[in-house]
Amino acid sequence: MPEAPLPVAAAPPRTRRPGPPPLVVFGFCWLALMLAVALLADLISPYAYTALDLRNRLSPPIGFGGTWLHPLGTDELGRDVLARLIYSIRTSLLIAFGATIIGAVVGTTLGFLAAHFRGLVEQAVLALVDFSASLPFLILALSVLAFFGNSMVLLVCLLGLHAWERYARIARGLALSAGAQGYAAAVRQLGASPWRLYGRHVLPNIASTLIVSMTLAFPEIILLESGLSFLGLGVQPPETSLGSMVGYGREYLTRAPWILLAPAVTIVLTTLSVSLIGDWLRDRLDPTLR
Amino acid sequence: MREAAPLLRAEGLVRRYAMRRGAFGRSVEVRAVAGVSLTVERGRTLGLVGESGCGKSTTGRLVLGMEAPDAGSVAFEGKPLPSPGSAAWRAQRARMQMVFQDPLGALDRRLPVGAQIAEPLEIHGIGGKAERAARVEALLGAVGLRADQAMRYPHELSGGQRQRAVLARALATEPALLVCDEPISALDVSIQAQVMNLLVDLQAQFGMGVLFVSHDLRAVRQVSHRVAVMYLGQIVEEGEPDAVLHDPAHPYSRALVSAIPHPGRAGQRMVLQGDPPNPADRPSGCAFHPRCPVASALCAREAPVLKPRPDGRLVACHVAQGEAAPGQGILAKAA
Repeated sequence: MPEAPLPVAAAPPRTRRPGPPPLVVFGFCWLALMLAVALLADLISPYAYTALDLRNRLSPPIGFGGTWLHPLGTDELGRDVLARLIYSIRTSLLIAFGATIIGAVVGTTLGFLAAHFRGLVEQAVLALVDFSASLPFLILALSVLAFFGNSMVLLVCLLGLHAWERYARIARGLALSAGAQGYAAAVRQLGASPWRLYGRHVLPNIASTLIVSMTLAFPEIILLESGLSFLGLGVQPPETSLGSMVGYGREYLTRAPWILLAPAVTIVLTTLSVSLIGDWLRDRLDPTLR
Repeated sequence: MREAAPLLRAEGLVRRYAMRRGAFGRSVEVRAVAGVSLTVERGRTLGLVGESGCGKSTTGRLVLGMEAPDAGSVAFEGKPLPSPGSAAWRAQRARMQMVFQDPLGALDRRLPVGAQIAEPLEIHGIGGKAERAARVEALLGAVGLRADQAMRYPHELSGGQRQRAVLARALATEPALLVCDEPISALDVSIQAQVMNLLVDLQAQFGMGVLFVSHDLRAVRQVSHRVAVMYLGQIVEEGEPDAVLHDPAHPYSRALVSAIPHPGRAGQRMVLQGDPPNPADRPSGCAFHPRCPVASALCAREAPVLKPRPDGRLVACHVAQGEAAPGQGILAKAA
């Protein structure tokens, strides 16, 4: 075997991987900040998010003639925008992360079930997928929330159903094509159980596509939640979320744009960070791209 | 041949596929394997040769139980195979393993090869963590890879190294039967020789029975103790490799052997007329008779059966068995 007795038998030194690019570092920092804000909301908030300061209604933020009393200004009822923003971040992150994960887990599981069992199970899952894809989500949400009342848990679960059919389609298609490829056949042929085959081999191999899909669904869910809140079906006042802040701030867009701008900027930066990290993670998880 | 308890015995295997032409076409039945019987002995190698599409790989999958045959039976160590996908079938995988044609495709590109070689041990619950690590190192050594290459990903290895890793994984549970489905056809010629030598060495070391599926006659001759020639889903000739290659009895084997390039033997090549037939539309009688240079009238009417000749070789041919006088061939007559 001529390959074994090579003169240099030592392994070549592995090159150090370069760190993440600056934009990804920014994304991580921003998400860390958001998580810290969400976790420490009660400690860092200057006021309660319902506290009124009737003498300082619609006061502008610093830089626009405002005072340090209300750094980001106040809304039409004199509630502190910074305090409301902090609590909104907590609510919206909970909803967006919770719903994204529920959607991904439910969709991927059903997709794998369809790909593994084929036949009737597959037909049933595909019928559900088509049903879910053809039904306007807002109508479903309206009817569910109208009949079952409104609670945070219900809202998160409902938004989790928003994009599940996408994950189900992707997971089924990719699992089917993986099954036709050599590696899945080889692992099955080793005697692996379906758990092992799908959990250890198929899922990591198709994870990049699912992660990209999650980073697309995350901003959608934030926007969907704001739409529902705007219609009065999402987060109910006095609770507050980024979406409902944008929705209620819309009325004062010309006179007091800071009510709307603060949560809008937060939404944009958060979704951008999630997209940047997702993209980088996708490349990072693929050993062939190192 | 020891008839007492062969490692693997397949009897009359048939595998049909439904093939549809066009979106609304009628489905046509294709018999990929049409009645194959074979025996693999412990510690011996049976080579299976034939042109592309003759059903070699399907036969390999059938004897491994990865697909259930439509007719016929497979007995492994005297017992029939459990149905594919069942727990008993999964447990039996430790005793029979497969080596694939494309080593890059057969390896998970997201796991280092060491983890993949250890995988059959984990699946079948063999040994503790330390024992598995030691076993992986021993296996890597047995197939001629360095211990530090266990940390490599498949795309970081060369084609020959990948096929060695696949071999190491297949041998991890010390199987009694190894089916090699064209294990060398994706490799360079120089690497092919290495892998074949390795296979012979490993067989001497581990003592497994091997079904070696290939279209390369020289490779089959190098590793096999017996050779079976397949044509259109049937075995047409079976015997000792040297005998079959030096004095092929079946006209199809003769054509295959004459296709081996030989320096200084130009002009003697026997070129088959016509195309390989469509398995969906099998010729009557002997499946080979439309292309056969010595086909007689009997060949078009009656299918020959695989039976032993006086010298012990199994041949399915009316002419080679002396049941019909050599004819001129169907194509020659038509011309």
